[in-house]
Amino acid sequence: MRPFALRRSFPRPSLWTVVATVIASVVLLPIVTVLAHVFIPDGGSWRHLADTVLGDYIGNSLSLMLGVTLGAGGIGIATAWLTSMYRFPGRGVFVWALLLPLAFPAYILAYTYTGMLEPAGPVQSWIRETFGLAYGEYWFPEVRSLGGAVVMLSLVFYPYVYLLARAAFLEQSVCALEASRTLGYGPWRSFFFVALPLARPAIVVGVSLALMETLADFGTVDYFGISTFTTGIFRTWYGLYDEVAAAQLAALLMTFVFVLLGLEHWSRRRMRFHHATNRYRALPQRRLPPLAAWGAAAVCFLPVLFGFLLPFVQLGIWVEQTWERTVDERFFTLARNSFVLAAVAAVISLGVALLLSYGKRLHPTPWLKGLVRLAGMGYAIPGMVIAVGVLIPFGWIDNTIDAWARAYFPEGTGLLLSGTLFMLLFAYLVRFLTVSLQSVEAGLSRIKPSMEEAAWSLGASRGETLRRVHLPLMRGTLLTASLIVFVEVLKELPATLVLRPFNFNTLAVRAYELASDEQLADAATAALTIVVVSIVPVVLLSMTISHARPGHRDRKAA
Amino acid sequence: MRDLDTETEKPLELSALSVRLEDRAVLEGVSLALRPGELGCLVGPSGCGKTTLLRTIAGFEQPAAGAVRVNGREVAGAWGGVAPEQRGVGMVFQDLALFPHLTVAENVAFGLRGQPARRVARRVDELLELVKLRPVRDSYPHQLSGGQQQRVALIRAMAPRPALLLLDEPFSSQDMERREQLVTEVRDILKKEGVAAVLVTHDQHEAFAFADTVGVMNEGRLLQWDCAFALYHRPATRFVASFIGQGVFLDAVVRAESVLETELGELSGELSQRLPPATRVVLLVRPDDVIHDETSPLRAEVVRRLFRGATYLYTLRLASGAEVLYLAPSHQVHPLGEKIGIRLDLEHLVIFPR
Repeated sequence: MRPFALRRSFPRPSLWTVVATVIASVVLLPIVTVLAHVFIPDGGSWRHLADTVLGDYIGNSLSLMLGVTLGAGGIGIATAWLTSMYRFPGRGVFVWALLLPLAFPAYILAYTYTGMLEPAGPVQSWIRETFGLAYGEYWFPEVRSLGGAVVMLSLVFYPYVYLLARAAFLEQSVCALEASRTLGYGPWRSFFFVALPLARPAIVVGVSLALMETLADFGTVDYFGISTFTTGIFRTWYGLYDEVAAAQLAALLMTFVFVLLGLEHWSRRRMRFHHATNRYRALPQRRLPPLAAWGAAAVCFLPVLFGFLLPFVQLGIWVEQTWERTVDERFFTLARNSFVLAAVAAVISLGVALLLSYGKRLHPTPWLKGLVRLAGMGYAIPGMVIAVGVLIPFGWIDNTIDAWARAYFPEGTGLLLSGTLFMLLFAYLVRFLTVSLQSVEAGLSRIKPSMEEAAWSLGASRGETLRRVHLPLMRGTLLTASLIVFVEVLKELPATLVLRPFNFNTLAVRAYELASDEQLADAATAALTIVVVSIVPVVLLSMTISHARPGHRDRKAA
Repeated sequence: MRDLDTETEKPLELSALSVRLEDRAVLEGVSLALRPGELGCLVGPSGCGKTTLLRTIAGFEQPAAGAVRVNGREVAGAWGGVAPEQRGVGMVFQDLALFPHLTVAENVAFGLRGQPARRVARRVDELLELVKLRPVRDSYPHQLSGGQQQRVALIRAMAPRPALLLLDEPFSSQDMERREQLVTEVRDILKKEGVAAVLVTHDQHEAFAFADTVGVMNEGRLLQWDCAFALYHRPATRFVASFIGQGVFLDAVVRAESVLETELGELSGELSQRLPPATRVVLLVRPDDVIHDETSPLRAEVVRRLFRGATYLYTLRLASGAEVLYLAPSHQVHPLGEKIGIRLDLEHLVIFPR
């Protein structure tokens, strides 16, 4: 649907345009900062990086991306095809349960599996006891490896592919498939030659999202000791104290991201042309023969089992073992820090999204449209890159103010912004503005322009109309948007780790620290808290999906 | 006490208003004025600019030239415009635009912000009473019938006592039978409240039923701003003549100051425009200008007839092949092909140069 837009606005210089322009520019500051560092000469450290570790970073990142494409793509496409085309035991449950792994941040999954599969962990102990073997007498895969990381990331990111592929399969007209059957193609050949090509743009979008998340991941690769861009940036900044080189690494990582963004954008546009017909008929879901039916159920069950159930139970067991010492005063402080931070970030992000999209609705000039679009790019930028992009300009502002103040009194002002919650909240805004911006814009576009014209003709001002008409009408959308931002902030690790004030900890950071100290069981309380809260938006998403009946167009689910 | 200002203060005055949208002239040189309490109506084919005119008065579009005055205050001109919320102009939208999250009473009270709660409640009740919607005051818009929603939209716009009320085809979503009733109902309500209003429609019957003054628009111009009788009997342009009512144009030639030669013979009467003799013109002949007269030497053949309930509308072909329309009481039946005697009964001859 084409969003409604007011046809024209008044020539009066508009406060909305000015405010929206300022906000959008500030939000873009970190990205611009990082990109600008490509042009800064750096005294040889770049040369050094290129000679030593850069090859590893690129090689490992590409391997991870290839692995996740195959892993997340395979799981996502297979489960989407099965749940949309066939009837088999448990299908109704799998339709939404397949989303559950979204609740697990990749790094928490990594900690959990490491604890489960390490030599002293429950799995290897059981093997030794059952077969009477000693450690080292049998082969066991090493989780903390590139392959392990691919499995972890695939398990948590396949739902992106599943969601988009499923929506695409459901939108396909059954006519296309039936035509292929009458032309002598069997079910498998129809899948590969008709259904899959038709769904390809949607699948590419899903895989690009999974790959962007892969590039952004810090916790998993750091814990598994794999050198990638995110860990490299962290090490260059904190190990070598080389600001410029870190920013240049970040810029290089961003070029990877931009390629993916371009791919995603291009595929989204092609998705529109892949509707074979406008006449939709409900997909008749074929009942599978018993053996195949149980096979299908198993294929759908395994990702849920390994991506959610097993690690969830394991975390529960650890919490049960350790809660007496982990659930203390300190834990509640952590939880309060996390929740307050996430709530404040959600409110700020929603407010800014409202200002930007309402300003754009009032004055749909190419200038504002472009700015809002750019400001909504943050979701693609890895948290580590944003951290660097925030630290550099804030440090510069602090030093400038300090130097200026020293001219008047000798102590100066010190660092005003660096290391404050303000800086952290700003980073969250940059990273998660996209989420609220998309929700708010979707909500606004569903409100007809005559609604606000009616309010104006009744004497309400622009701001008042927003408050009395738009906000109440969008309440549901806004709640969902802030909930998603809340959970994303709760899960966020790299930016929080780098930017948090001294001695300020959150649940995510605590889980990271304990895991790094090999106290995996103790990390479980913080980890489980994050996962449990993260389930809420996943459940909301699941509800949207299962309400959209197969054969009906469920674009919303995508 | 008589307020002298009401004589001069017109609720609405447009002077030479021009509007451009996306570099296309949508309105050109539109001027009109409304007296206090007067109900005006703009009709025209779709795309004639009537809705744009309404939106310009409301403040949703900006004039390129000319001025909009509401109660004597210039609210828009080439200099810019007063924001819609500060114009004191109410509007009823084509899709009604009721706020779905507010009850009927809350919708009506929306524009009454900043007044003491008791006054708001009194005004809301008074208006609900006026349109007989008291029983549904706490319902939500989606629970109402189409006609009820219409009335809510109307009183919501009237609640803040605007200087002027604009209605943008608010009846177009209703079915034909309900429409006529609604139009008169709305007219009565507006007259009772004494609000000046402008209605936009493409249906001339709706316009005649609603308005004191009707304006005919085409291609961005206001062709005539007049009472319904004058539009029908003294159309200013050929477009108005063919848009309003039915009729045909017969070729004619001016013979003298008040004599016209047509194939129906020489006609004498007051000519609508003064043209030199021998000018070739067309003459507007309405169905009610044709009279059945068996004694007349002029014969015409019945080629079509349309049963309209109380009347028959006949199409008659003259000897030259030209056709005229003739309205007969429905008990007067002529079979197709019959040749009947007719004559023209015209005092005022409406002519346009050919």
